[in-house]
Amino acid sequence: MNMDVSAIFQIAGIGIIIAMIHSVLKQMGKEDMAHWVTVIGFVVVLFMVVRLLNDLFQEIKTIFLFQ
Amino acid sequence: MEMIQIVGLGLMATVLILVVKEQKPMFAFLLAAFTGLFIFLYVIGKIEAVIKVLEDLANRSGIPSIYLKTVLKIIGIAYIAEFGAQIVRDAGQESIASKIEFAGKVFILVMAIPIISVIVETVMGLLPAGSGT
Repeated sequence: MNMDVSAIFQIAGIGIIIAMIHSVLKQMGKEDMAHWVTVIGFVVVLFMVVRLLNDLFQEIKTIFLFQ
Repeated sequence: MEMIQIVGLGLMATVLILVVKEQKPMFAFLLAAFTGLFIFLYVIGKIEAVIKVLEDLANRSGIPSIYLKTVLKIIGIAYIAEFGAQIVRDAGQESIASKIEFAGKVFILVMAIPIISVIVETVMGLLPAGSGT
């Protein structure tokens, strides 16, 4: 459980840092770069969520639908 | 003490979501989904023990395993549908959430059809022949 709890902090940290980088890049006038940073951060977090979702579905399959 | 852990996790995640939501609502949604997944996964691990006891009881009392299997499948479908619908509802898509719940209901009905037919056949067998006259 401890390892997974840190993942929540990781996601929140990634979100805050991405927002910071986004605003800094926007101040520098590089709008397109800022959007790419947002997209990449989003994909990284999406990977984490999807991996956990896969774990959950495998667990439910083995417990409830025992195939 | 595990309950305290779960509540603390929820409170902490809520604060983090409120902080992140100001800048990036998308990350806030993913964070909420992740927290929900985590708590669900944690609770599922606990339910496993209960399911084992149920299986043991069913084996000992000689109930055909197909019934217990169907009931467990129905419970699993209900959990998955509820969870997915809640996450989608969090994102504000009420109509898709209600469709997910509808699909869950239909699948549960399909699962329950064999049991219902067995019940009907049992009742028909209990009735004495020609009682309808």
